[in-house]
Amino acid sequence: MKRLIAAVTMSTAAELAGIGLMVTAVWLIMRAADQPPLSALTVAIVTVRTLAIARGTLRYVERLTSHDAVLRGMVELRGRIYDSLVKRPPPLRSGDALTRLVSDVDALQDAILRCLLPAATATLVGVIALAATGFPLPLITGLILAVLLIPLSAYALAAEHLRTLAPLRADLADRTVTLREGAAELTAFGAMEHQLTRTASVIDDLAAREKRASIVTAALTALAVATQFGTALTLLIQGSPAHIVLGAVATLELTIPLTAAAQRWAEIRGSLSRVEEVLTPRPEPARTPPPLHIEPGKRIGIVGPSGAGKSTLLRSIAAAHPGAAKGALADAHVFHRTARVNVQLADPDATEEQLDHVARLVDLDVDWDAVVGEQGDELSGGQRQRLLLARALLANPDILLLDEPVEGLTIHHGDEVLSRVLGHVRTHAKTVVLVTHRLAPLQDFDEIVVIEDGRITQRGTHAELTTTPGYYQDRWSTEHLGTDAAGRFPRPHTPQMSHPT
Amino acid sequence: MRHVDRRYVVTLTLLATATAILVLAQAELLASVLSTGAGLVLLIATIAARALLVWAGRVVTQREAASVKADLRKHLLRNSSGPTGELTTLVVKGLDAIEPYLAGYLPQLVVSVAVPLAVLARLSFADWGSALTIALTLPLIPVFAALVGMHTRDRTRRQWSAMAAVGGHFLDVVQGLSTLRLFGRAEAQARTVRAMAAAHADETIRTLRVAFLSALVLELVATLSVALVAVPVGLRLLHGGVTLQVALLVLLLAPEAYLPLRAAGAQFHASAEGLAVLEQAMKTTRPKPLAIQRRSPDLRRSSITFDHVEIHYPNRAEPALTDFNLQVAPGERVALIGPSGAGKSSLLAALLGEVHPSSGRILIADTDLRELDRTEWLRQLAWVPQRPTLFPGTVAENIALGAPEANVQAAAQAVGLNDLVDTDHPLSSGERQRVAVARAIARDSARMLLLDEPTSRLDNRTEETVLRATREWTRGRTALVVAHRPALLTEVDRVVELR
Repeated sequence: MKRLIAAVTMSTAAELAGIGLMVTAVWLIMRAADQPPLSALTVAIVTVRTLAIARGTLRYVERLTSHDAVLRGMVELRGRIYDSLVKRPPPLRSGDALTRLVSDVDALQDAILRCLLPAATATLVGVIALAATGFPLPLITGLILAVLLIPLSAYALAAEHLRTLAPLRADLADRTVTLREGAAELTAFGAMEHQLTRTASVIDDLAAREKRASIVTAALTALAVATQFGTALTLLIQGSPAHIVLGAVATLELTIPLTAAAQRWAEIRGSLSRVEEVLTPRPEPARTPPPLHIEPGKRIGIVGPSGAGKSTLLRSIAAAHPGAAKGALADAHVFHRTARVNVQLADPDATEEQLDHVARLVDLDVDWDAVVGEQGDELSGGQRQRLLLARALLANPDILLLDEPVEGLTIHHGDEVLSRVLGHVRTHAKTVVLVTHRLAPLQDFDEIVVIEDGRITQRGTHAELTTTPGYYQDRWSTEHLGTDAAGRFPRPHTPQMSHPT
Repeated sequence: MRHVDRRYVVTLTLLATATAILVLAQAELLASVLSTGAGLVLLIATIAARALLVWAGRVVTQREAASVKADLRKHLLRNSSGPTGELTTLVVKGLDAIEPYLAGYLPQLVVSVAVPLAVLARLSFADWGSALTIALTLPLIPVFAALVGMHTRDRTRRQWSAMAAVGGHFLDVVQGLSTLRLFGRAEAQARTVRAMAAAHADETIRTLRVAFLSALVLELVATLSVALVAVPVGLRLLHGGVTLQVALLVLLLAPEAYLPLRAAGAQFHASAEGLAVLEQAMKTTRPKPLAIQRRSPDLRRSSITFDHVEIHYPNRAEPALTDFNLQVAPGERVALIGPSGAGKSSLLAALLGEVHPSSGRILIADTDLRELDRTEWLRQLAWVPQRPTLFPGTVAENIALGAPEANVQAAAQAVGLNDLVDTDHPLSSGERQRVAVARAIARDSARMLLLDEPTSRLDNRTEETVLRATREWTRGRTALVVAHRPALLTEVDRVVELR
């Protein structure tokens, strides 16, 4: 805050120097026209030269001060946001909302530099100009218009404009998503053109509204320019001296960017309130215990159609056993650091041997000191999955949570890695909760839970569930259609085909 | 200005010329009013005209930005092939960034050429000494900007990448928060977050000290030139070497020569992102299809042969399907079974032309599928995807997706959705599935059914619908169905297992 005040002071001084330069230069010319002795002008000449240098120098210092203030402020803000997020109870908001939060913080930086600072400077300079000229009515009116009324109207208009655009933007977003996700269907049914045309009409509607809004917002900018010169003209007509008239022009010049700043403020106010919301401490909501009791040493499988709530159940188990339950969940994050940092996250004191041991267990073959890329982009799907598995094993938790741990590997290889992992855990007598779409690994599990539409619909052992009609039996029969019924896990896999006779 | 319409550049030039004329007129008249008192009415008219021009200029530039945005949105929807989330962000919000460039920076750039030239021309008639001062100092601004820019470019680039790294680090940590929490490492990261941001702030300030030098030069040149012009003119006025009106004109015009350059410089950074977005959007193009387009053989008489087909998606380590061989006779109904991940859906995707075999061929009669006219080929297919997409609109519109003249009512009746044809509110997953079946059977002209049975357990009505569609609609038609439940297997002529 202290730095920000310094920045506003510097900025005000720089602008005053600029206005002073203009005022003194005009006074100098007007006075010279009366042809006084040279000595009458020397002070003005020196002032003009001094202010000319001062203006540029002050502006440089001001820019450094304001950027310094904002950057330091951001350091503290990021820290506080992080603290606040850590204190919030899991499960957190979605990944998208977090990404947006980070760009909200950047928007805040913009809001201070491009909205708040210019507005504060223009107000201060305006007040000083009024005091210096003895509060002439035209200047009072001009400043009220240019500093308050026009920017406020611009803000209100922009906010209203954004409100009317919001449903159109939401519609466009929906259509973009369906166009993309349904692209194969649209192409297959020959309906792509039709769908593109309909989306184009939403786009045109959006553009038409933007064009209509520009007529009014442009009028506000024009009004600001008219106010600037109108004020000067009124002063001129009232007989104010030339240097006051041009001083008013220079003072009001500062208010021209305020219209755009106000519109910008309307655009980023959503960011501001989201940041504020995160920083406001919230009472911890009462947590409902997961509908699943975890008995030590047991192996529990969770199956169900996609979107039925398997991953959510796993997360609620994690939340109910903080410190004891660790593993590789659906939203497991690979940090943009080295493979070593990513795996050692589970145990910062792990030795090289321990790292190599878990890597061998899951067939992870990476350079420990290679950076894995943003979200693990440099890794293949299978490698990323094995890195997460290695991390989960290194943590050696009492309850190991695994969400589709071998996705991205071939069936054969996945089965092999998974059976090694389960064998390792069994020797350490730890609990395992495994979410899987493939049922073969569950055959010797202690309990299997079937989730459909967010509810547990069946539970039991593999033997029980395969003899009861329901999701599990259906899935098991298709997984095993045409193969030897005894299908062991892991099984050898060879490409096979059948031909009509 | 590579990405800008020629007509827009002409418009901007006209606007800038009008601005230059009004700037000159206003200074001329103000000098006249202040020195002799004559020309007040004309001055008021000029100022009114200037406000009007500001309005017109804003409207024209913002309309142009809106039009360009609309064109780019359509272009991106048609041609982009990136991830859905990225595309949606770019189409809905990202493109707004081009407005500061098109409607802010570009117009100002044209003005910053036109106005200084006009000012110089006018001053060389009024007072060539002042004109010379401005003519000599004005080029210093771009020259110094270039010098400082060259000196700081590497530092700035490093800076930007450091900035991205810190912003990225914060994003990375925040996104990974649930993972950090799971492993009990969340608190430990708090110090790192602050330390990284602080180190970055120090580094940024060091770079800005140099980078802002170009702005310092700009400001100093502009203000010093005013002093350099004002003081000599004042002194000459003192000795009667110049009239008051000319002296005032010189003083009023001198700052106008520098003002547009300062404004353009101020808008440059805000517009840089817009330019990047613009370039990204313009370079998005979709690969052209193969040139050979044979007529599609009639599926009522043609068999389909998969000949050593391998399907390997880019950015996947292992192929989705290897060495697959199968022949489907006309009118034959074949079920594909096997564990998930065995490549069943990939086979359907290959028939639909969504992916091409990375090796091997798919033959329709004796012609490679890749050589067929895709639109014509697809007209013979009716596809029920595993997870159907419902498009904005009513159920009836969704059923008529692939056959605008179809008997929607009959198709809806067949799947038991006749009560819902006119609704557009969200449907249950079973209803969605039945819409997809109705959509397929509404395509009366299709010769082949591609059905990807959902893995989730279906309600009885939906299950029954899927079975009936396979049974009745495929009579006399070819069918390739991906089965996840045994019930479907009794409806087909042959079962093929993928492993």
